[in-house]
Amino acid sequence: MLSNRMEVDQIPSFAEEPAFDVLVIGGGNAALCAAMSARHRGASVLLLERAPAHMRAGNTRHTRNIRCVRVAHGSAASGVYSEEEFLEDLIQVTGNPPNIDLAKRTIRESRDLPRWMSEHGVCWQEPLAGTLNLGRTNRWFLGGGKALANVYYQKAMEMGVHVRYGSFVEDLVIENAQFRAAVVNVGSVKTKIGARAAVVATGGFEANLGWLKTLWGEAADNFIVRGTPYNDGTLLAKLLEKGANPIGDPKGFHAVAVDARAPKFDGGIVTRLDAIPFGIVVNRHGLRFYDEGENIWPKRYASWGRLIAEQPGQIAYCIVDSKTIHGFLPPMYKPFCADTTPGLANLLNLDANAFSQTVEDFNRATAGNTNLRMECLDGLSSRGLRPAKTNWAVPIDSPPFYGLPLRPGVTFTYMGVTIDDRSRVVEQSGRPFKNVFAAGEIMSGNILTKGYLAGFGLTIGSVSGKLAGEEAANYARS
Amino acid sequence: MPGLELFQEANRQLTICNSCRYCEGYCPVFRAIETRRDFTNGDVQYLANLCHDCRACFYACMYAPPHEFAINIPKILADTRIESYRRWSWPAFLSRALDHRLVEAALAFIAWAVVVLLSVTIVGNDRIFTRHLGSGAFYQVIPYLAMMVGGMVLFFYGICVWIVGGIRFWSEANNNAPQLSTLKMVARAIADAVSLSYLKGGGPGCYYPKDSPSSVRRVYHSLTAGGFLSALVSTSLAAIYQDVFHWLPPFRLTSAPVLFGTAGGVAMIVGTLGLIWFKFKSDNIPAGTVAPSMDYMFLVMLCLTSLSGLFILVFRTTPAMGSILVIHLSLVAALFVTAPYGKFVHVVYRFLALVKYRTE
Repeated sequence: MLSNRMEVDQIPSFAEEPAFDVLVIGGGNAALCAAMSARHRGASVLLLERAPAHMRAGNTRHTRNIRCVRVAHGSAASGVYSEEEFLEDLIQVTGNPPNIDLAKRTIRESRDLPRWMSEHGVCWQEPLAGTLNLGRTNRWFLGGGKALANVYYQKAMEMGVHVRYGSFVEDLVIENAQFRAAVVNVGSVKTKIGARAAVVATGGFEANLGWLKTLWGEAADNFIVRGTPYNDGTLLAKLLEKGANPIGDPKGFHAVAVDARAPKFDGGIVTRLDAIPFGIVVNRHGLRFYDEGENIWPKRYASWGRLIAEQPGQIAYCIVDSKTIHGFLPPMYKPFCADTTPGLANLLNLDANAFSQTVEDFNRATAGNTNLRMECLDGLSSRGLRPAKTNWAVPIDSPPFYGLPLRPGVTFTYMGVTIDDRSRVVEQSGRPFKNVFAAGEIMSGNILTKGYLAGFGLTIGSVSGKLAGEEAANYARS
Repeated sequence: MPGLELFQEANRQLTICNSCRYCEGYCPVFRAIETRRDFTNGDVQYLANLCHDCRACFYACMYAPPHEFAINIPKILADTRIESYRRWSWPAFLSRALDHRLVEAALAFIAWAVVVLLSVTIVGNDRIFTRHLGSGAFYQVIPYLAMMVGGMVLFFYGICVWIVGGIRFWSEANNNAPQLSTLKMVARAIADAVSLSYLKGGGPGCYYPKDSPSSVRRVYHSLTAGGFLSALVSTSLAAIYQDVFHWLPPFRLTSAPVLFGTAGGVAMIVGTLGLIWFKFKSDNIPAGTVAPSMDYMFLVMLCLTSLSGLFILVFRTTPAMGSILVIHLSLVAALFVTAPYGKFVHVVYRFLALVKYRTE
């Protein structure tokens, strides 16, 4: 479908001799920003995207907005969002960044991103309807992440960046802390491509269920990967093997509740469920296990992936009734529906007695609660129930009853490689590799160790990509 | 895909769009999706006719084929659009032309052949191939009464089918609930239609023929539609000249009917050739199953009609005028006969969809 732009570039040389100034490994937002930024500095650039053309751009395909400092009014957002407030938000949600200077720099440079993005072809739109009140802090690019990547690929190619799809970099040849060449697998033919510098922007390892299994055991079999199947962390593992200093909790991942019927990979935004605060969540034994009304959904949606991952069989079921079914965004998969609680238990393969008892107990503890108000913490709490539901607790008593099966949907992993102030990957000794630069999710652990701030992944990717591209070009051209 | 499956498939895809909403900035189809939870057949048909086929959503969609969700909104809406044309048009045996290009072609050919044969048999070769000059020259070939009555019959027949179809559309799209629009909403819809706002892909342009946006398709479409209107103006002015002032054609080269007609004809030829060329180059994955053939048919007929109209002007002082006039009139007849059973109907339904969107 995109064939006219997708023709594989001819590579001038397959030798270990530097064929390009800068080799960008990866094909998402960070990689594209790095490639364009290196090109601006006059470097010859080859970008190696592992995915085929239609799957290019990794998890950037699933993004929809970017968080930026804003100082004045413009067309795509309103109000002021200062560097200080941005940093406060970050620290509040994710704790203290391991590299505070890098965090501050990322935030500072985010101010200029909208202009830079516009210059590189990005169009903007109003914030999407009902998007967590992010109009002031975040900006929406027209059409979402795949459209963003389409624009960047077109621009990059116009600028003379060479792009190859289906090119899987399996290893790096590094001698005396100096990158020489990448070992590239194209259609099971291995070649080496030499370059004067490399930018590694290959994402995390969230799609590597084998890796997750070494950390999480059998539970990982039941994880659903929300994004691209290509983020298997091959180069992250290779860099760590070659002595790169890891940063971030190896077990750490960001996960939300997704429909259990979602595809194993790449289901993206449409499989996530926003029903939880409207009802109750039970596990495989038909028992509740956590306060569904702990805080407003935008602040809690990201904790439910982990909560479900800790339940037996890594599965849970959200139960709502006809009063609340229209309160949340219509889900992609039809909810299971029955006129009685035992009937619903049967559909969901739950123990009918245990499940009905749970609903009954919940209804007794919430008797008389009506008119939940989702726009605030409404204080409609259960009484004498463990665990309590502290807000929006209204009885589930109006048939038909609806059940949605939930699984942990892994969005991204936190562990990456440490970088220095020039974006170079740092060895455990503290010495940086001379010409290996990192951008995007693979280095986001320097800033983010837990939690997530909406739209911040693209901010990190864009700023780190631009910096890594610049530094790589400077190194290669000096 | 048969009708029912088509609507089920549209429903499946639209439900996924409704859980995603990334395309909200592109066009009103997505904003209309967001005000609904379930999609009745009427809703699907409304959305299908609201879609201008700019294809921005297709290239932006991370769920486009080969993804297993296989979201292809331009295609499914093009297919349901044709299905909706077929449901609303009548009589049923002629509506088949909407699905089957050969039937439409046969219809057009019959109309063309009837006019040619009638002309040849009634008027006779002698008058057709003789040089006619001066006031009323055209009517020496085809009598005024025949031209007017024939034209009017076909015109009003087409209009009647359109109006009934339009009423059916309005009723189904509103799920049989009565719905009134104010003049202001209609005026806004006219502005939307004339400016082709929703062929702008949310700003940068239409993603046609390939995956990068441009405004060229809008220009070609405006030339075609504007040219057609200009030709209509020319015909109306000619009627006024004739019936009010008793000036008979052919008119002077600098007269208003000739100027409007010439400008309209040239614009239509450029516009239709541009659209044909773009369609030829365009991706077929987001294209409807039968929509492209319907579009080609309509464009070619418009182009030939304009071309033959201009030829009359060029050759009107030669003996060839008579035969060119017969060919032109027969092409006009074919265009009108197929109007309710071909791409021409999009004018009616898309406009009503725009009115409905403004009313919502």
